[in-house]
Amino acid sequence: MITFTNVSKKYDEITVVDELNLSIEDGEFVILIGPSGCGKTTTLKMINKLIEMDKGEIHIDDKNISDINGDELRREIGYVIQQIGLFPNLTIKENILVVPRLLKWKEEKCDKRVHELLELVGMPYEENAMKYPNELSGGQQQRIGVLRALAGEPPIILMDEPFGALDPVTRESLQDELKVLQKKLHKTIIFVTHDMEEALKMADKIVFMSDGKILQVASPEEMLANPADSLITDFMGRHAVTTEEQYHDLTCKEVMFKELIFVSETEKPLEVASKIKKSDHDMAVIVDENAAPKGVVTLDLIKQFQQADKKIVEIADTEVEKVSENKLAKDAFNQMIKDNKNYLLVMDDKNKVTGLITRDVITNSLARLVWGDMDWAL
Amino acid sequence: MGIIAFLDQYGVRLMKAILVHLQYVFISVAIGFVIAFVLAIVLSRYPKLSSIVIPVLGIFQTIPGLVFIGVLFIYLGMKPITVIIALGVYAVFPILKNTYTGIINVDPELIEAARGCGMNSLQILYKIEIPNAMSSIFSGLRMSTIYTVSWAVLAAMIGLGGLGEFVYRGIETNNNTLIIGGAVPAAILAMTLGYLIDLIEDKITPRGLKGGR
Amino acid sequence: MTMRAVLQHLYLVGAASVLTMIFGSILGVAAYLYKSLRGGVLWLVDVLQTIPVLALLGVIMIFFGATSTTVIIGIVLYSLLPMVRNTYIGLEGVDPAIKEAAQGMGMTKWQRLLKIELPLAFPIIFTGIRIAVVTSIGIAVFGAVVGGGGLGSTINRAILIQDMGTLMQATFALMGMAMFFDFGMSYIEKRLQSR
Repeated sequence: MITFTNVSKKYDEITVVDELNLSIEDGEFVILIGPSGCGKTTTLKMINKLIEMDKGEIHIDDKNISDINGDELRREIGYVIQQIGLFPNLTIKENILVVPRLLKWKEEKCDKRVHELLELVGMPYEENAMKYPNELSGGQQQRIGVLRALAGEPPIILMDEPFGALDPVTRESLQDELKVLQKKLHKTIIFVTHDMEEALKMADKIVFMSDGKILQVASPEEMLANPADSLITDFMGRHAVTTEEQYHDLTCKEVMFKELIFVSETEKPLEVASKIKKSDHDMAVIVDENAAPKGVVTLDLIKQFQQADKKIVEIADTEVEKVSENKLAKDAFNQMIKDNKNYLLVMDDKNKVTGLITRDVITNSLARLVWGDMDWAL
Repeated sequence: MGIIAFLDQYGVRLMKAILVHLQYVFISVAIGFVIAFVLAIVLSRYPKLSSIVIPVLGIFQTIPGLVFIGVLFIYLGMKPITVIIALGVYAVFPILKNTYTGIINVDPELIEAARGCGMNSLQILYKIEIPNAMSSIFSGLRMSTIYTVSWAVLAAMIGLGGLGEFVYRGIETNNNTLIIGGAVPAAILAMTLGYLIDLIEDKITPRGLKGGR
Repeated sequence: MTMRAVLQHLYLVGAASVLTMIFGSILGVAAYLYKSLRGGVLWLVDVLQTIPVLALLGVIMIFFGATSTTVIIGIVLYSLLPMVRNTYIGLEGVDPAIKEAAQGMGMTKWQRLLKIELPLAFPIIFTGIRIAVVTSIGIAVFGAVVGGGGLGSTINRAILIQDMGTLMQATFALMGMAMFFDFGMSYIEKRLQSR
């Protein structure tokens, strides 16, 4: 856990961070966002003491960071910058191993780690380890930048607009990869961006800053639904045609995911997994002969059990909540958030499954509300 | 006079002159390099100090080498050390300036990334700054070496041998053979050393720092 | 030390600089326009600078004797490098969009060169001129050995008779000269670049 207590920073009498209080839980993906000069980058860099604060305290777990030597602190915290900053004189392998070598890891452990990490981002060791940064594309370079931050197995990773310099397509695929990595590795990530789209997509918690102060701390859904300040509304979409009614009127049918994958109860987990993998989603709905729903199974769930000989229904989540197509979307959203569910099944009046509402659906429909009708399909 | 005849008559003296010449160059460049390298690193740590020191060194550099040898000759007399000090001091300038600019111009993002990884300033210096300033350092070394070969010719002016002896003697006695006999080997020496330095640089520069970055 | 020596020195530097500018810009333009010449020209001027000054002067003396002509030629050969290189780099660095626009307006190769490219490259070429002039002041000192006169002769004589006073005077005169040209031309350079 990271806690900021009354943290301030001034540059020549200009206060860039002003009496900041914030706490970040372990494993949380926190995004600091706000207009330029709002103090988000300064806030980030005070965590690893690249910038020393003037006032206040930052604790990581129970340790006050002012009691820790900056260099040693930084070896325990991953750091990724926008300009990537791979060392051109070192190979990819050496770049990744900068921190492990500073931590004096044994050579075999280093070697194993590089293999493992390159595997993680789908860049084969044999092909890439001995290359130099200038021999990789921008997207590949930043993948290595992220691996370099992960290499020393730090529990916390700081990212300063890491994807800001990449083209939109590459940026999107790196965002997706990072999200997957984060879920897999349970790192605490603190990420600075000025791109609200990125924040909504990635964050568990968004911290909106302006003039060195926090305006709002909220989940993406909540921030879209209830922006605390007109500046935040502006930031989320300058062309927003926000009409409360439009939002209130939306039904589940209008917002749900329609292209579902249906599987029968008796199918084997592996078959289901391959069906899911071929689609754009990460889950499938299990139905009986009458198309009545029996449960939902996610790819994670299948991986977790890994019992190939079982019937799929035996490992599925059968306690899925259901809502009617005609129910108001906001009520469904409230229900999901209240019950802490990740998905709801949407049913028509003949008790057939017609769609699925996930957390992505909430984000998308709220985003659509703010940005107007853009192509928001994920 | 043909080359064979020339070598026949002056071969031994020429070999000796080349060796003396090389000796001057090696010793003074080595001393100059160490001084320049250390000084450049110190200066790169103190930008305020260097904003004064670097221009002052630039002014010193406008003093002709001839004067330097001359002054030292007057104080120290006709000894090899006179030549070595003078040449060594001269070798300092290009290496110092290039090493300093090389280090100062290392991309600040790399330094930040290195700090972010938890390197201390010494580690940043030898793992990041020096390797990335290498091409600049080498071009300083190359310049110093070539200049030193050139200025070592002046050693003959105070009677201390080297290839300058041939050139000087030739000029004084209007002996074109002697002039050429000193000038051509001196030129070849300078070019060869320059080429050798390029070769070493190429050998030790990692692939990642070559070509368009 | 006499004023005569200073003037003589300035004469050597001045004459050599004019010649350097003429030949240097011709070679620089040639390297820019003709790809086949480029490698050779740039290599040649680089190699010329590698040759020890005294050796170079000695060789030229064989043809022109112990005269100021020998010294001037020596200085020119030695200071060609910055002039040629900067002319070439300056021309090469002109924004391709501007070159294309000029071509699009129907300018011939030479019209483009004279009206567009050379004027735009001038600040960088001027830097080359400055480096060439300042280098020349130092090189001219060696001229004494081959009978070229100037401050080099004064210094040479002072060393031989161990006359510290004259030696210092001549040295300061040289340093002053070098700094005057360096700073003065740097000032012009900054004005040119800020245009």
